Amino acid sequence: MSTPSIPEIRNYTMNFGPQHPAAHGVLRLVLELDGEVIQKADPHIGLLHRATEKLAESKPFNQSIGYMDRLDYVSMMCNEHAYVRAIEQLLGVSPPTRALYIRTLFDEITRILNHLMWLGAHGLDIGAMTVFLLCFKQREELMDVYEAVSGTRMHATYYRPGGVYRDLPDSMPKYQASRWRSEKEAARLNEARAGSMLDFIEAFTARFPAAVDDFETLLTDNRIWKQRTVNIGVVSPERALQLGFSGPMLRGSGIAWDLRKKQPYAAYEQMRFDVPVGVNGDCYDRYLVRVEEMRQANQIVRQCIDWLRAHPGAVMVDDRKVRPPSRGHMKDDMESLIHHFKIFTEGYEVPEGETYAAVEAPKGEFGVYLVSDGANKPYRLKCRAPGFAHLAALEEMTRGHMLADVVAVIGSQDIVFGEIDR
Amino acid sequence: MSERTEALAATVTAQLPALARVPSLAGELSYVLTPETLLEACRTLRDAPGLKFEMLIDLAGIDYLQYGIDDWQTKSATRSGFSRARLRGAAQPDTSGADRFAVVYHLLSVSLNQRLRLKVHCADSEEPVLDSVVGIWASANWFEREAFDLFGILFRGHPDLRRILTDYGFIGHPFRKDFPLIGNVEVRYDEEKQRVIYQPVSITPRVLVPKVIRHDHRYDPALKDNAGPRA
Repeated sequence: MSTPSIPEIRNYTMNFGPQHPAAHGVLRLVLELDGEVIQKADPHIGLLHRATEKLAESKPFNQSIGYMDRLDYVSMMCNEHAYVRAIEQLLGVSPPTRALYIRTLFDEITRILNHLMWLGAHGLDIGAMTVFLLCFKQREELMDVYEAVSGTRMHATYYRPGGVYRDLPDSMPKYQASRWRSEKEAARLNEARAGSMLDFIEAFTARFPAAVDDFETLLTDNRIWKQRTVNIGVVSPERALQLGFSGPMLRGSGIAWDLRKKQPYAAYEQMRFDVPVGVNGDCYDRYLVRVEEMRQANQIVRQCIDWLRAHPGAVMVDDRKVRPPSRGHMKDDMESLIHHFKIFTEGYEVPEGETYAAVEAPKGEFGVYLVSDGANKPYRLKCRAPGFAHLAALEEMTRGHMLADVVAVIGSQDIVFGEIDR
Repeated sequence: MSERTEALAATVTAQLPALARVPSLAGELSYVLTPETLLEACRTLRDAPGLKFEMLIDLAGIDYLQYGIDDWQTKSATRSGFSRARLRGAAQPDTSGADRFAVVYHLLSVSLNQRLRLKVHCADSEEPVLDSVVGIWASANWFEREAFDLFGILFRGHPDLRRILTDYGFIGHPFRKDFPLIGNVEVRYDEEKQRVIYQPVSITPRVLVPKVIRHDHRYDPALKDNAGPRA
């Protein structure tokens, strides 16, 4: 009779995604597990790769602004901002002050939009369904602001080299009564939409802190939430720098670095706001940082509203090379017609050179490295996506944790595949 | 801003004489260096006092194959009008040149709040190789994999140089300028074989807006003063 052999215990490999609801898009994760403990995590990305940078090389500069929205598709205007700034730096064009304030306003609205999406999805991943619904209710109103200013709810293409496409509208779009919505219901919804767009945003900013309080009531001291996030995915400040972290991921590890403060752009130099910083560098600290960022963003939005009310003016630089002439001019002035035609067919030539423009996007430093050889199209465009560096550190952050913590770490990294795969 | 930039430039020159400064926009610092000196220079840039570039914020490959070459000749018109846009690949420049591929590093110092750009041209265009900087900045890992995937630039000493963005089993390096924008293969579901198959692309390439580089008075500063009606 043979002696009973000790069963061979081996690590096993598990495939996570690309169609997993907690994968935040199309992340395929090949996990090597010892029981339920992660030994290795190998993210396979690129399932959403659209070669945005190569497409941009085949189009005039302005036609790629819309592609930027589709990179990080929950912080649309911030991506545009980096791209537009890079073009402006090469052209040597500086937008009028009002445009800078409008950009600041919308960058912060975008930050709130992004963090709401992040909080909702992160909460849902860890099992807090209510937060998701509450966040989306707030998000809806800001989406309406996007729509009012640009005509689309997500992919705005609102920023242009030299300013923004048009000034803020005087009125908000109204709901119509229909088969599904009674007169009374429509009137109730339209109550907040009676004034200008700035009135609408101001009313939102008055309500919003209470909404953030609601989120915090649900989560901040919630025992389950803390069990799932405290001491999960800890990153030391030294490692955070080594790994190229930025934004809330870097600040969560205790490094007070914010481009809006350190290398101010747009109108951030005039804004009063605080930069929240974490202590432990775990998922919970990053959560606290982002929640506080929403409150600070709300403050900045209010400051922008006050300034914009008091200072009407141009929102686009008066340079015929980059600014299309008004419709009226175009129709009865030959010169304007030629300008119009040239801008919308050939575009404008950008002087030879290279530049790097970065903005503090909600997820971190979103940078655009732009090389021009003097043509009407970029020679090379490289988008530096914050999520790319963050996801690269996933293995380091999850090694030794349980399988369920992978979801918490992915959520806390605020992964969006549009920008990682590009 | 520019004072600080110049101060940093002086520090870089003192610490690293091998770096050659190249003209850049105001407030930006840009250097080129040779592949041999890359690792040493990077280590100094990270550790030396006054430089302290703790972070590699970005790494990008560039293919200079068609730099400065436009699609459309607008200098003269023939009787049938201006020339039409040429398709890429009709007139390729000499590709044996050493300077075809370059890698650009964007460094950031969080402690001293300064940025710097490094550019390295690969010595060989057939097999571009550079030393990997993963040992200096851990964030280079995926950035170098991306540059390898998209441009075919190899990084000596990289721990895991696999493709990252393109499909499993992809052939070619799509961001090279001689790789067609429409690609080489497309996928579809095959009813008979009951699986997704690859086949050559069925669309034809087209240029919607030709790439134009103008040298007239609007764009060339040397000609700006001579603008005006010609007699």
